[in-house]
Amino acid sequence: MKIAVLSGKGGTGKTLVSVNLAAASDQAVYVDCDVEEPNGHLFFKPQNLETEMVTIPTPQVDESLCNGCRQCVDFCKFNALAYIGNSLVIFEDICHSCGGCVTICPQKALSEKKKEIGEVKKGTSDGVMVLSGMMNIGEASGIPIIKKLLETKGLDDSLAVIDCPPGSACTVMESIKDADYCILVAEPSIFGAHNLSLVVELVRLFNKPHGVILNKCLDGKNPSEEYCKENGLHIIGSLSYDKELGTMNAIGLVAARESQRYRDVFTGLLKAVVEEVGYEATSNT
Amino acid sequence: MKIAIPVDQTTKNSNVCISFGRAPYFMFFNTETKETTFIENEAADSQGGAGIKAAQTLVDAGTEVLLTPRCGENAAIVLQKAKIKMYKTLPGSVEDNLVAYKNGKLEILEEIHPGFHGQHEGPK
Repeated sequence: MKIAVLSGKGGTGKTLVSVNLAAASDQAVYVDCDVEEPNGHLFFKPQNLETEMVTIPTPQVDESLCNGCRQCVDFCKFNALAYIGNSLVIFEDICHSCGGCVTICPQKALSEKKKEIGEVKKGTSDGVMVLSGMMNIGEASGIPIIKKLLETKGLDDSLAVIDCPPGSACTVMESIKDADYCILVAEPSIFGAHNLSLVVELVRLFNKPHGVILNKCLDGKNPSEEYCKENGLHIIGSLSYDKELGTMNAIGLVAARESQRYRDVFTGLLKAVVEEVGYEATSNT
Repeated sequence: MKIAIPVDQTTKNSNVCISFGRAPYFMFFNTETKETTFIENEAADSQGGAGIKAAQTLVDAGTEVLLTPRCGENAAIVLQKAKIKMYKTLPGSVEDNLVAYKNGKLEILEEIHPGFHGQHEGPK
């Protein structure tokens, strides 16, 4: 079972929820798809780390074969190639790795080489397998790293909690693509409610069963809760704005491991989500 | 010698365009024949790499000098490989800038910006 945790904005508590849901389960996989700023590992402090490089293909030219026909230059929609003074100039950072130039070259002067864009780290933390993707600074897209993370063997056989990047862009779509359920984490602010509406639109577009966890709840008005009620969204549960939780989180402790109270809270949330997924599965068959 | 300038409109009274790669047109001025020509910049609505494509167009047209208010790093790589000299334009029309260039009043463009990659609108 794959559960994706997402939110329209950063800082709502995606990692808090993901890490603790994984920790509340006896056996789980935590997948940090926030490859631009992964931080789940700071809580899990995984052991027995294995690192695997993630690469993308980019073209390289054999100058002795290139006759300057410029078909590759004309073909590239991203203008990643130029032909200047009898030599081909390749702009790797502009290249989208489509492979078109290599395919089209009549002289077979172009071939693909691997360019490293980041890495995937795999380790364990008690019963949790921790997977983290890390993109190198300056790279344009983390999608290939997210793909690699989600291709990891064993993800389908256990409970996988996918900690998504913030927002509702391509990297989030890639992260939730194969999820069985989406948890949307929202803050009690007007900004929070607005950004929640963006991810609601996204998960509806992807036809994903979903529910909301209201985080940082205070007394008084909660615009995100109001939004949920107005739009018929299922609220899985809420977490209060609590100093104890905030303190544990701030020093990198996993609340569900440190405090029985929070172990109960997250076990309860996990149970509610698992029941939801079961209900969705039966009602769809 | 052929001088190229990114322009907003196809007249000599036009302002110099604030963008190089996404300028709508380029004006060429031939210093020998005094002839002025305009071409549409096909790179203007590219998904990406507009500066590279625009620079390629100038190289292919046999440009030797470029008068521009700014230039991104990728375009600069292409232009420098083709040994095209870049001068920084002054506020005013294309005509004013051609006169300023002739009188040696334009400075060599040394400041290359990191580009506006992925921002299709270019500079504001």
